[in-house]
Amino acid sequence: MLAFLVQRISQAFLVMFVISVIAFAIQDGLGDPLQQMVGMSVSQDEREAIRDDMGLNDPLVVQYFRFAGNALQGDLGTSYFYGKPTLDVILEHLPATLELVIGASLIIIVFSVPIGVYAAIRPQAWLAKFFMGISTVGISIPVFLTAIVLIQLYSIGVTVDWFPADTGWGRWLNGALSTDGGLPSYGRGDELTHLFGTWDSGFFSESGLWHLVLPSVSLASIMLPLFIRLIRAEMMEVLQSDYIRYARAKGLSAVRVNFLHALKNTMLPVITVGGVQIGIMVAYTILTETVFQWPGVGLMFLEAITRSDIPLIVAYLMVVGLIFVITNTLVDLIYGLVNPTVKLTGKKA
Amino acid sequence: MKKLLTAFVGSVALAAAPMAMSAEANKELKMAYDADPVTLDIHEQLSGGMLQLSHMTFDPLIRWTKDLEFEPRLAKSWERIDENTMRFELREGVKFHSGNDLTTKDVKFTFDRLKQSQDYKAIFQPFSELKVIDDYTFELITKQPYPLLLNTATYIFPMDSEFYTGKTEDGKDKSAITKHGNSFASENLSGTGPYVITDRQQGVRVEFERFDDYWDTKSPGNVGKITLTPIKENNTRVSALLSGGVGFIAPVPPTDLERIRRDDDSNLVTMSGTRIILFHMNQDRVEAFKNPKVREAIAYAINQEGIAAKIMKGFATPAAQMSPAGYQGHNESLTPRFDVAKAQQLMKEAGYEDGFTITMMAPNNRYVNDDKIAQAVAAMLARINIKVDLKTLPKAQYWPEYDERAADMMMIGWHADTEDSANFFEFLTFCPDAESGTGQYNAGNYCNPELDALVNKANVETDLEKRAAMLQEVEKRLYEDAAFVPLHWQDLAWASKENVKIEPILNVMNFPYLGDLVIE
Repeated sequence: MLAFLVQRISQAFLVMFVISVIAFAIQDGLGDPLQQMVGMSVSQDEREAIRDDMGLNDPLVVQYFRFAGNALQGDLGTSYFYGKPTLDVILEHLPATLELVIGASLIIIVFSVPIGVYAAIRPQAWLAKFFMGISTVGISIPVFLTAIVLIQLYSIGVTVDWFPADTGWGRWLNGALSTDGGLPSYGRGDELTHLFGTWDSGFFSESGLWHLVLPSVSLASIMLPLFIRLIRAEMMEVLQSDYIRYARAKGLSAVRVNFLHALKNTMLPVITVGGVQIGIMVAYTILTETVFQWPGVGLMFLEAITRSDIPLIVAYLMVVGLIFVITNTLVDLIYGLVNPTVKLTGKKA
Repeated sequence: MKKLLTAFVGSVALAAAPMAMSAEANKELKMAYDADPVTLDIHEQLSGGMLQLSHMTFDPLIRWTKDLEFEPRLAKSWERIDENTMRFELREGVKFHSGNDLTTKDVKFTFDRLKQSQDYKAIFQPFSELKVIDDYTFELITKQPYPLLLNTATYIFPMDSEFYTGKTEDGKDKSAITKHGNSFASENLSGTGPYVITDRQQGVRVEFERFDDYWDTKSPGNVGKITLTPIKENNTRVSALLSGGVGFIAPVPPTDLERIRRDDDSNLVTMSGTRIILFHMNQDRVEAFKNPKVREAIAYAINQEGIAAKIMKGFATPAAQMSPAGYQGHNESLTPRFDVAKAQQLMKEAGYEDGFTITMMAPNNRYVNDDKIAQAVAAMLARINIKVDLKTLPKAQYWPEYDERAADMMMIGWHADTEDSANFFEFLTFCPDAESGTGQYNAGNYCNPELDALVNKANVETDLEKRAAMLQEVEKRLYEDAAFVPLHWQDLAWASKENVKIEPILNVMNFPYLGDLVIE
């Protein structure tokens, strides 16, 4: 266990080092940060003076060592745009992203397990086929399209008048296809509850929760079908195995067999895949946050790129790298707890 | 019973009437711009966003009206004393947000600070000093006669000298202007404007509340609270308006104009803008561009009307010069020329019938539809056998390339900080000169000293009619010379909910006077 953690921590350092080097190497391609800071009519001489002042004229190697030296002391630089330490900026934006991810995860967990299990137990039922069909569609629609459609339907609202309104069925169809709108389409709302530090939460007010709905659903839309299919596939495989047949033969109740014996073994691969998906989730939060103007780290990162805010870009990449290492470590640990036969550190047999 | 009820309602209405009159500024406005102010220090950066903030929280000495006239604000009157001097009378009884009174020492402090600011010092370069006469009288003195003195005075937003003087707790100078990193002025603000900032999370929201002691009690403005949310994504900004999440958005992307026009509950305002979009033809890189006939051929080959109609969806005004209507240099006789046959003929005359290959660069996220415009221009040039190798880049990468003059034809958009034609010429067509900084963005390396001299002469001509004639002459000569390829002036668009009356407070400079906004 200890050996495992030591190994992981040294891996983390290696990952950070590689990320920082790559981020530094590409910074020339990110453009000139000064362009965002000065008006067009500022002369070249003035620009050079500011560049000197900011240390942008030093060779890249010098800049890197200056950065690395500060980073080892916990200082990841100062954002050009925010004028604040980059870590502070990231910590300010992180709660919004985490709440979005939590919202989406809740939706995924609440829906994927029952639907996946149901589809595995009754693969031939029409409802199961319906869910599978929907999930194929869900996987293939890009998240920003889902988001835009959701905004049109539930924020702005759609009035359908294709069918004759003077007939009962026409009115019913029009009514069924029309939506009211009214859900918030951007941001986190005004009423945030301060928890601690930089964490202002939207979970404790009605307005905050309403603001979470559309972004969470959009973000979940890409992962939910994947998990439903995964749980279904794993569950079906487990249900075929000998010990389940034996349990059934012993006369154990269906509920006990399905949910205790089978589901437990189904969840193992699901946890692993889930851990890997967190990384993909980070990428999708960038898209979701952009469409919903959700003030999290994803939006912050995208804007940092358009502003060539290099210190902030580097710091974000490093924080994300750290989150990856930590989640993967946790996933491995949980896996070990659920299935004690798995050895964490590869010992020679 | 019914009678009683009517009597009751009537008396409430009577009682409420005087109350409604006294509680003027009680409306709330949520608005979404594509960006939020990068700092609270109005001298740190010269940009549209910063000027918008300046007009909300500070007030200028004088300001532009809708038809580009001057309107007194903190300066209640002004008169010319001699060729180089203008005397201003300051409004009395104006209070800063801090509670301090506005006097000429604040104006002097602001003027001196502007001369220190990297972004503003070029604009204030023609001024030698601001002379204080007494508490409410001062003089602006220029080195030479300067026709744009009043234009420049619109940039003087008096700052609270007492508030911005001294040291912060950690020993930093409160008046310092810092481009990066924090300064006192970038986080604290005391102006005389209609709004004070009550809360600000950069990139997330800014909250404004009406200043209780605002001097302009005649202003019809009745908005007590404003929440500004920056929404960069066009679609999201428009959705926020359509769903009623916000009451006012800017800018409106051309692709959504129809959608907003169709919405009964929304109100769209468009105006022809003052930002010119143009292409430079680099004569140092391409021998053929030295030949005026080739440049003229290109001018004839490009269909400005077509670009404005098809690509910009009518949301641009086709241009044949740099000065938009209303500017002194605007020459009405110049109209877009588009004639492919003529263009082909000119190419033949110049000896380039078989054409040649050039490189072209344009940004793809700076101006409205910039990359599509560049593609269209490239296609149009193909018809006179000029083969274009086009590259479009995000603005962060584009400007370093622009500074290097990295392609044969490059796109640029320009808005004159002084709202004056000479500014266009000085930056875009003057002979490039590293020493004086003129021609800084002249990526065509077009050079005509005669025209430069004429503009310089106009710049010390205080007879505005004579000056206008000179500047119009320059536009005409540049047109005849086909010094560059003008495309169009980008139009401006704002949208609001029906009850938010934005029309009277908008202007071509795109700084809405939100202090005067009325919500019904």
